[in-house]
Amino acid sequence: MQWEVVIGLETHTQLRTASKIFSGASTQFGADVNTQACPVDLALPGVLPVLNRQAVEHAIRFGLAIGAAIAPVSIFARKNYFYPDLPKGYQISQYEIPVVLGGHLEIVVGDTTKVIELTRAHLEEDAGKSVHEDFIGPHGEPSSGIDLNRAGTPLLEIVTEPVMRSAAEAVAYAKTLHSLVVWLGVCDGNMQEGSFRCDANVSVRPLGQEAFGTRCEIKNLNSFRFLEEAIQYEVRRQIELIEDGGTVVQETRLYDPDKQETRSMRSKEDAQDYRYFPDPDLLPLVIDEVWIESIRSTMPALPAQLKQQWQDDFGLSLYDAELLTQDRATATLFEELLTILGKPLAKAAANWMTGDFASTLNRAGMSAADSPLNAAHLAPLLSRMADGTISNKIAKDIFADLWKEALDGQLKSTVDSIIESKGLKQISDSGELGALIDQVMQTNSAFVDEFRAGKEKAFNALVGQVMKASQGKANPQQVNELLRKKLS
Amino acid sequence: MSWHLSSLAMLAKALEAKTVSSTELAGYFLSRIQVGTRWNAFLDVNPDLTMEQAASADRIRAAGKAGQLTGIPLAHKDVFVTRGWKSTAASRMLLGYQSPFDAAVVERLGMPSEENPGGAGMVCLGKANMDEFAMGSSNENSAFGPVLNPWNPECVAGGSSGGSAAAVAAGLAPIATGTDTGGSIRQPAALCGLTGIKPSYGRVSRYGMIAYASSLDQAGPIGKTAEDCALLLSAMSHHDPRDSTSLADSGEDYGRYLNAAWDASAAAAKPLTGLRVGLPIEFFSEGLADGVAKSVREGANQLQALGATLVEVSLPKTKLSIPVYYVLAPAEASSNLSRFDGVRYGHRTNEYRDLSEMYKKSRTEGFGAEVKRRILIGSYVLSHGYYDAYYLQAQRIRRIIAADFQTAFAQCDLILGPVTPDVAWKFGEKSNDPLQMYLADIYTLSTNLAGLPAMSVPCGFSQDLPIGMQLIGNYFSEARLLQVAHQYQQATDWHLRQPSEVL
Amino acid sequence: MKLDDVQRIAHLSRLELCQAEAELVLPQLQAIFSLVEEMQAVDTSNYAPLAHPILFLRDLAQPLRPDRVTEQDHRKQNMQSAPAQQDGYFLVPRVIE
Repeated sequence: MQWEVVIGLETHTQLRTASKIFSGASTQFGADVNTQACPVDLALPGVLPVLNRQAVEHAIRFGLAIGAAIAPVSIFARKNYFYPDLPKGYQISQYEIPVVLGGHLEIVVGDTTKVIELTRAHLEEDAGKSVHEDFIGPHGEPSSGIDLNRAGTPLLEIVTEPVMRSAAEAVAYAKTLHSLVVWLGVCDGNMQEGSFRCDANVSVRPLGQEAFGTRCEIKNLNSFRFLEEAIQYEVRRQIELIEDGGTVVQETRLYDPDKQETRSMRSKEDAQDYRYFPDPDLLPLVIDEVWIESIRSTMPALPAQLKQQWQDDFGLSLYDAELLTQDRATATLFEELLTILGKPLAKAAANWMTGDFASTLNRAGMSAADSPLNAAHLAPLLSRMADGTISNKIAKDIFADLWKEALDGQLKSTVDSIIESKGLKQISDSGELGALIDQVMQTNSAFVDEFRAGKEKAFNALVGQVMKASQGKANPQQVNELLRKKLS
Repeated sequence: MSWHLSSLAMLAKALEAKTVSSTELAGYFLSRIQVGTRWNAFLDVNPDLTMEQAASADRIRAAGKAGQLTGIPLAHKDVFVTRGWKSTAASRMLLGYQSPFDAAVVERLGMPSEENPGGAGMVCLGKANMDEFAMGSSNENSAFGPVLNPWNPECVAGGSSGGSAAAVAAGLAPIATGTDTGGSIRQPAALCGLTGIKPSYGRVSRYGMIAYASSLDQAGPIGKTAEDCALLLSAMSHHDPRDSTSLADSGEDYGRYLNAAWDASAAAAKPLTGLRVGLPIEFFSEGLADGVAKSVREGANQLQALGATLVEVSLPKTKLSIPVYYVLAPAEASSNLSRFDGVRYGHRTNEYRDLSEMYKKSRTEGFGAEVKRRILIGSYVLSHGYYDAYYLQAQRIRRIIAADFQTAFAQCDLILGPVTPDVAWKFGEKSNDPLQMYLADIYTLSTNLAGLPAMSVPCGFSQDLPIGMQLIGNYFSEARLLQVAHQYQQATDWHLRQPSEVL
Repeated sequence: MKLDDVQRIAHLSRLELCQAEAELVLPQLQAIFSLVEEMQAVDTSNYAPLAHPILFLRDLAQPLRPDRVTEQDHRKQNMQSAPAQQDGYFLVPRVIE
């Protein structure tokens, strides 16, 4: 029996806002328990929700980035159920009419590109957290502690059509989505802090069958690895179950990373009737064209766009283009360098950023966003290389000096000041170079003889000596030319 | 001096003239409250807090910063949360609950401070009894005992703002705040011989008002006169960014037309010339007690004598407003009351083996029978399979009802009718049959569904019990309603009568 | 509406009705619902649901709040009515997932 796997993903992304979606409490991670839960978040008697503008803007931004339709009017609805981390006994969400409809995301799995259709994205509020430590209740009962700091954090729930056919596709989608929301500045993407959580809807069907099999929902997967493992386990489980003559029960499951298996959640979902209805405390969310345009006009170019553009305009390789668009800060730095230096230096800038700059960042465990040096600091490095003032090798040393100074918080030097103070100007004067070469040829006559005897390697050794004698300042191309002349 | 016989306007004058101080007034009413416990109008009284507020008011006056309402005492329906007094919504579920914040209405009317510069400086006498979670029409649903009608202690005071109405009628407070979701200001006002107004939806902030049915609840005053109501409503109504349904254009002087003629061209003797008063056929048909019908018609005739013209109009869905309301209000309530689960505040049961049991027992013990009934109705109409037929259908009819009012308002400027089918009934008469109780709401429900402003104005007596006539205006016409009511009260004295049971 | 409907809805609402209570409330609910059934006779096909009364009059939009932190830590006051708390947490009987 050939089986086909059908996967749909629902991703909850915490939106980057300072305050909650319906209250003015802070959303900052890591605060002391219940110090960021105001009366609205605690659902005290008499409180009412008021919508955070920034949360809506993030939703619009995301919708535009995936080519979706932004609903001109969308409605908030109450999803009613009882749980201790849900203070109101209902979650304010969007049901029939969400803010974003449709859209798609292109993913790459191996060598293949696939377009994943999205169904919708809607705004809702996050719940609080249960802490299952050893609390003892007022009657000696084992208890959980409820922390409502997270309650009311804005979420954008992003739902795909059930179009993924493997765990690999699901992971590729999740990673692509993750990069996009971080790129847009809509979500900080910190999966350990719970900013990006996936629920996977998994079912199997005999290959060729049109009807979907019964699906199970695996909730709260907060790492790509767990996402992959959980789906793989679940697929195996369902296939084995059916092949053994059983039927898959529609249910919600959790992934246990220690045992590496999914298990059924204890009857949370048995005949859950959420009794959705429009929230009477909130009016319809109206988004007009003017607002959408103002957001569209301030959207950053998307990585896919830039990647193509930079390959087309500057002849960058796909590899370099990908590295430069890996995150917004890197791309922005590249763009800023180009603004200062001009397009002719695009390739040089790209080479440098993917070379020395990238390796320095890697060693320091940093990303471009953490760089203590900005485009203004770094541009002169590239222009001095371009105009021949310094060689690439010297540039490396200068960069290292600047980097150290900046990290120590003592950045006083500039590229030019270091060139000046250390006398690092490249020697390009043929007279000066000629004299130097003569000197080296004199003191290294062995190499000269070897070269004349046919050993090409001796040439490089002589060049090396010239570089050494000039403390690396000799212009390498000129040295090459002049030396060849003198040796011939 | 019998301050309890004075209107707000009179009290304001006396305070200004320094004939009396806020402290003296507060002490006066606190004493009356102390001896007036038989009405069971109050749930929480804290004399120290009250006197503290009174002292503040006197200080403000001494500094020359007093406003019109500074130092005047009032009672707040226990549906408004207060920092100083307990807030229970008359429910065992909130026994002992202490709110960390004040309701917007309480802030607006209360002492000014740095965080609350707009406070009117009134002095809170205490929290008034009510039907539990505002669900009821007789104040027999309070977890802390029913409220007695000062006109006849064997009769109900009406609900859900029964305590507010009884407090004013018994002279325990010069005025009180109430809330009206299906008639809960107008009906107790009518049954207790008082004037009350429910403003257009969105006029008064619901922030801090313990929610019953969000799209229907509105706060308003219950007092002795239209003028007093205008004073309080003007202070209460404002735009509050904490309430998303609070209207932007809410600050108004609702008393600005009180002494004006309806029409600039009207003669002095007939100030209501030009006013067209609509009498809906459906409001004067079967089910209306003869005594009430008589007084209300006399009220209409009085307006005619003042120059108004009477017109027959129709509100065809009047009867249907009952099922529509009793689908929508319980639906919203069932959700609004889910937060009462014993986790973060409120009643938690003493014995439980697990979370599920804790929820169920806490809620079952905490809520009274009527509240539980409405939660069940509400959950049912929202549940899968019934939502379209019940909830959505009710909302569609709601739109028809609102449209029908507009049709009527094309022919008249305001609508006049009864508030209740009969005068105050005896305790226990209807409490065994919830449906009977619901049916008596027939004249008031549709205004909440449409969000229109409406008033109750005393217009007569039957069996020695007060009768109120209802005035319904088009959206945002509160000032006009109050004007007509005031002119009526200049020509009549129903509103000045005092219950004989009250000293 | 039947008895098991009542129990099902009671469970959904986290209310407990013993047999006697359920039997008492059932006829009351049935009476109310027979009144509610009268709504079915109305042809509402030309009418959209009206969720907010003022929307009948105006096309109001949900007001939007600027994204600013306006609440400080008032944990103590906010939790003053908590039935069970420890170390800043609200306590509930252990939930096992």
